Amino acid sequence: MSEAQEFKYIGQRTIRPDGFDKVTGRAQYGADLNLPGMIWGRTLRSPHAHARILAIDTSRAEAHPDVFAVVTFKDFGNVQSEKINAGEGAADMLDLARNCLADDKALYHGHAIAAVAARTERAADDALALIDVKYEVLPPVLNVEDAMKDDAPILHEDQFTQGYEETPSSPSNIATRVEMKIGDVEAGFAEADVVIEREFRTPTAHQGYIEPHACTARYDENGQSMIWCCTQGHFDVRTSTAKLLGLDLGRLKVIASEIGGGFGGKTVVYQEPVALALSRKAGRPVKMVMNRDEVFIATGPTSAARLKAKVGAKKDGTITAMQGWMAYEAGAFKGSPMMPGVMTMYTPYDCANLLVEGFDVVLNKSKVAAYRAPGAPQAEFAAEMVVSEVAEALGMDPIELRLKNAAKEGTQTIYGPKFKAVGLVECLEAARDSEHYKSAVPEGCGRGIASGFWFNIGGQSSVLINMNTDGTGTILEGSPDIGGSRASMQMMAAEVLQIEPSCLKPIVADTDSLPYSEGTGGSRVTFATGMAVIEAATNVVTQVRERAAAIWNVTAEQVDYADGVATNTAGEDKMTLAEVCEAAKKTGGQISGTGNINARGPGPGFAVHVCDVKVDKETGKVDVVRYTAIQDAGKAIHPSYVEGQYQGGAVQGIGWALNEEYIFNEDGVMENPGFLDYRIPLASDLPMIETVIVEVPNAFHPYGVRGVGESGIIPPLAAVGWAVGDAIDRKVTELPCSPPRVLSLIQSG
Amino acid sequence: MAIVVFSGELQRFTGEERTRVQALRYREIVAELLERYDALTEENLMDMAVAIDGEIIHTPLLETVGENSELHFLHRISGG
Repeated sequence: MSEAQEFKYIGQRTIRPDGFDKVTGRAQYGADLNLPGMIWGRTLRSPHAHARILAIDTSRAEAHPDVFAVVTFKDFGNVQSEKINAGEGAADMLDLARNCLADDKALYHGHAIAAVAARTERAADDALALIDVKYEVLPPVLNVEDAMKDDAPILHEDQFTQGYEETPSSPSNIATRVEMKIGDVEAGFAEADVVIEREFRTPTAHQGYIEPHACTARYDENGQSMIWCCTQGHFDVRTSTAKLLGLDLGRLKVIASEIGGGFGGKTVVYQEPVALALSRKAGRPVKMVMNRDEVFIATGPTSAARLKAKVGAKKDGTITAMQGWMAYEAGAFKGSPMMPGVMTMYTPYDCANLLVEGFDVVLNKSKVAAYRAPGAPQAEFAAEMVVSEVAEALGMDPIELRLKNAAKEGTQTIYGPKFKAVGLVECLEAARDSEHYKSAVPEGCGRGIASGFWFNIGGQSSVLINMNTDGTGTILEGSPDIGGSRASMQMMAAEVLQIEPSCLKPIVADTDSLPYSEGTGGSRVTFATGMAVIEAATNVVTQVRERAAAIWNVTAEQVDYADGVATNTAGEDKMTLAEVCEAAKKTGGQISGTGNINARGPGPGFAVHVCDVKVDKETGKVDVVRYTAIQDAGKAIHPSYVEGQYQGGAVQGIGWALNEEYIFNEDGVMENPGFLDYRIPLASDLPMIETVIVEVPNAFHPYGVRGVGESGIIPPLAAVGWAVGDAIDRKVTELPCSPPRVLSLIQSG
Repeated sequence: MAIVVFSGELQRFTGEERTRVQALRYREIVAELLERYDALTEENLMDMAVAIDGEIIHTPLLETVGENSELHFLHRISGG
């Protein structure tokens, strides 16, 4: 679709269907399932960042009177190397297994070594202390510079850098090297009147979801298994766990609990296969709940990165060349989001000459996981900072410079296709025309603006709509709801069925109840699962017309359906949806519509943010005093949720820019694994994030939907970074802009 | 004849940025490309998505293209 449409329910701000359960405490999260006979699992973790495991003796733990089972890597069986879908980078089943429980090496501080299931959590913790592990401690590699050196300690002797003409003969910590280009950057820079080149660093940052990873697993006597867990993709939990434990998919049911935040971090398994392995050995259900320390040290944050950006422009503001270089930390196993970093770095710009090179580097930190637009915030931070500096050097307004060079329909992207209609220009114009941007920068403050691009994705989604005899219905979707998608599913079904959204109850169904659905990620659910809902609801309408036609003895083509009423165009008859459903037993049984699709044509998403900050020049503390987030939604199905996504993305990006970072000591031990020392922004830290919804419809979605969950985390890094630099008259090149770092910049003279 | 445009990754194997193909069905396009470029393997293409006339498709096995279509192979994105 490309034209604006009239909607009856889409675009309303309906009451969220999950709201009552959440505010009353009835909602059941990952740690909330208790089963008869259930015991507790706990994990023994490596005290070393890099060590060879010489021996594990579990006999004393197994002899503990309250211990039912102990497992190590050997309990996974014969796991083979196999490519799997696990986020942005190439992932391997064997790596996944070795991340869940270490094999012959501990590769980061906190790496799981063994697990115990016991009558109580306390007994399980006590038993962990009875496991004897003999380590040969190895020197850790803790940053990409060291890891990329020729003489660096090697994490994996079987890893050879991919991406060169010829694969090197020596193993390396560089897993992959990628280069993408358009045109001739050397010629482009030669045309430029101004060339700015800088190097940047961004820190390891965690998604900061409030709910820790938690699950309850039960392995039955008859070989049927169940896992209840908080996850962004319960079908993928089933696949990974079944492969690790050698189970048939049909014998493992995974139920997605309510989820207290994920942001990409709950797209892979950590303790689910371990809990099921313990249950299989113990013959009892096993619950495992991480504490906050474990979440920080042993689950996947996003990559720290080192980046270089170089941009050239003519005096009139025409950008002639853009070049980038980046090295992303993957953690202990290959698969950082370097590739999308390369693909997104300069995508907001229509430039004829582009060259970006990227490296995926393993080192002794926990394996990274997806985090909201994985890889893009780091790369686009570097790009946006340099573009703003080019504007400064040219004496141009930074929005005007971006408008002059903005990607639009027909722009050739570095990663492949030319853009169809996209909304960057509209977002930049909305920023330029906003009251915020037109207002003077407050005294003593600095202002930054930045844009951001994310692809959004489609993929497989399954939906079933079961109609009841009174015309109400249940929507079963296979996508865990991490951002309000049940409300948007309800509204899209209501739009097709032309009945009140509250007549439809959306639920997230388990893996036994629906065909495979990909996980919730890539801002795909409202787009892709929404298309499946539209297909299922359309299927219901088709059946309603057929059933009414059967009753009236006419053809289905002679039956119209509008406003929830079937009308016989060959006569005077009318039946409401409820009446057709009530009569369904006489016309072939109850009405049920299915939508099983592999959605294509996701709409790229652009965002533009404006940020004002105030800096305390005595302490280096930064306060955001005003912030506006503008983003193209394609079509906002539920505007309140869309605004919430914009605000959430902005706040996470602000946290990343201002305070959030993993701090490691020289032995590779994280020193701040808790929310007191790893400082995420609180509501009291920030002003209300102002939002502007831009709607440039995605031609490939029936209602014009693009994804909105991810683009909003990209601009804050540069918007905040530039604003801080503006306030203190310095150039920010390293995040976060924490008080010590800002104070150091101020004092640098 | 449809145009196939190669990413920087694939240009290492093809030695050129674009080519034209006779085939109109994805499977046959892949076969034609493998026949044309010795260094290109099916594995190089298997894990990639395609964009046909700007529409990104993750699993293109059954796709067809038009006589004047433009087809790009690109890295498959997941997201968070």
